[in-house]
Amino acid sequence: MNRSNLNFVERLYLLEVFKGLWLTSRHFFSNMNKHLARQLGFTRIAKGAVTFQYPEERRPFSPRYRSRHRLTTRDDGSPRCVACMMCETACPARCIYIVAGEHPDPNIEKYPTRFDIDLGVCVFCGFCVEACPEDAIRMDTGIVEIAAYSRKEMIYHIEDLLQ
Amino acid sequence: MIINIGIELAKVLAVLIGVLNLAAILTWMERKQSAVMQDRIGANRATILGFRMFGLFQILADGLKMFVKEDFIPAEGNRFLHGLAPFVAAFFALVGFAAIPFGNTVNLFGHEIPLQIIDLNVGMLYIFAVMSLGIYGVVLAGWASNNNYAFLGGMRGSSQMFSYEVTIGATILGVLMIFESMSLQEIVRGQGALLWGVIPKWGFIVQPLGCILFLVAGIAETKRIPFDLPEGESEIIGFFVEYSSMKFGLFMLTDFVETVLIAALVTTLFFGGWQVPYLMADGFHFPGGGFWGVPQLVVALLQVLSYGIKVFFFCWFMLLVRWTLPRFRYDQLMRLGWQMIFPLSILNLLVTALVILMLN
Repeated sequence: MNRSNLNFVERLYLLEVFKGLWLTSRHFFSNMNKHLARQLGFTRIAKGAVTFQYPEERRPFSPRYRSRHRLTTRDDGSPRCVACMMCETACPARCIYIVAGEHPDPNIEKYPTRFDIDLGVCVFCGFCVEACPEDAIRMDTGIVEIAAYSRKEMIYHIEDLLQ
Repeated sequence: MIINIGIELAKVLAVLIGVLNLAAILTWMERKQSAVMQDRIGANRATILGFRMFGLFQILADGLKMFVKEDFIPAEGNRFLHGLAPFVAAFFALVGFAAIPFGNTVNLFGHEIPLQIIDLNVGMLYIFAVMSLGIYGVVLAGWASNNNYAFLGGMRGSSQMFSYEVTIGATILGVLMIFESMSLQEIVRGQGALLWGVIPKWGFIVQPLGCILFLVAGIAETKRIPFDLPEGESEIIGFFVEYSSMKFGLFMLTDFVETVLIAALVTTLFFGGWQVPYLMADGFHFPGGGFWGVPQLVVALLQVLSYGIKVFFFCWFMLLVRWTLPRFRYDQLMRLGWQMIFPLSILNLLVTALVILMLN
């Protein structure tokens, strides 16, 4: 690793200390002014902090952000999925489990009687979405708080995914 | 007689309550100030009945948490000394305030009340002695825990405080030579004089180098970053590893009380104590002959206020330093103490003596 040698002024340290104090106090005063202005109601825009106050304020996600899966539906509310097993095959984590059943409509052929995703195993790679020929599975719910008290509860069934 | 005792008690209570409250507020200020400096919001979740008060209740929440936690004493440790150490540390940090004046003498209902708990004629020596005794808290805590890390932390703490006390002593000598008194009240009164009839003769104007050196050594005395080698809680761990609950809280509080003590000392020795520029006992005497009369009580109030603002400013400044600079390595600390700051303070002393000799 290349380390540049300190010059004389930097070795004296005192000037550098004051430069550091100048930097931090500049941040302090500019942020403090913004906080005061907001508190007194002069402005609503300048925030004085770059952080998000999480449960109340949420960070906006990009449209491509991969969040919890959902199964899309047809106009009549039944799942678009045709149980072709493409997503199950593409899944590198093997967290999708599909059981196919015969659809009453001869044009559709199959539909999933079970469609389980074990979110405790899922790696959120999005390959299932890429693989789907029917646009039946998407990862655009914006739900990121996926937590449960047991591994069993982390398995989402078709009725959870259709919502 | 009774009235005199009452007055003394009132002064003691006022100083004690003021200092402890300021130290408690500093715990909140440290969180909020560091947050604002780093573009964050800081602690704001503690609420009472839906009131947030900018997170001020965090102080109460912290205190409550400290009180209800388990008080753990190591099985092989010395129970008595383990319990004694935090009290020793806090006690010697608190009694230092007895000799620091927070205002001039006030005449209230025919009583002459000096706004200082006790005007010792050796006030400076007293504070210096009490600050040195604070080392006992650190060493006892390290030793009584019967933990090698804690013991090494205590040793680091004692050697650091010894080293920097030498510098503090040498810088104080410069102030003593200029104001020719050991009493802090006399030193503050001496700073009310004007240089060439214009500039107030505050310590940092006649002793600029001494002021900076005292501030550096003072921050080292408080054992906080950039000099927090005795603690170093994140990796090298220090003298209070084996402490929990309010005993640990007392050590934390001691740090903040020491911060206030150093801020009060810097104010008293170098920034005019309770002096307001150009404010005499009867009003403002501006250079060039302007005069603005002010009643005696308002003068006293202004002086106490000025003292409070200055102490608060230096507390703020020390928190700013604490959240700006990284920590020294131990050899760097010792080199800074013995090879840079100490010779400079001796030089400061010699130059001061020479200038005083030539002016006389």
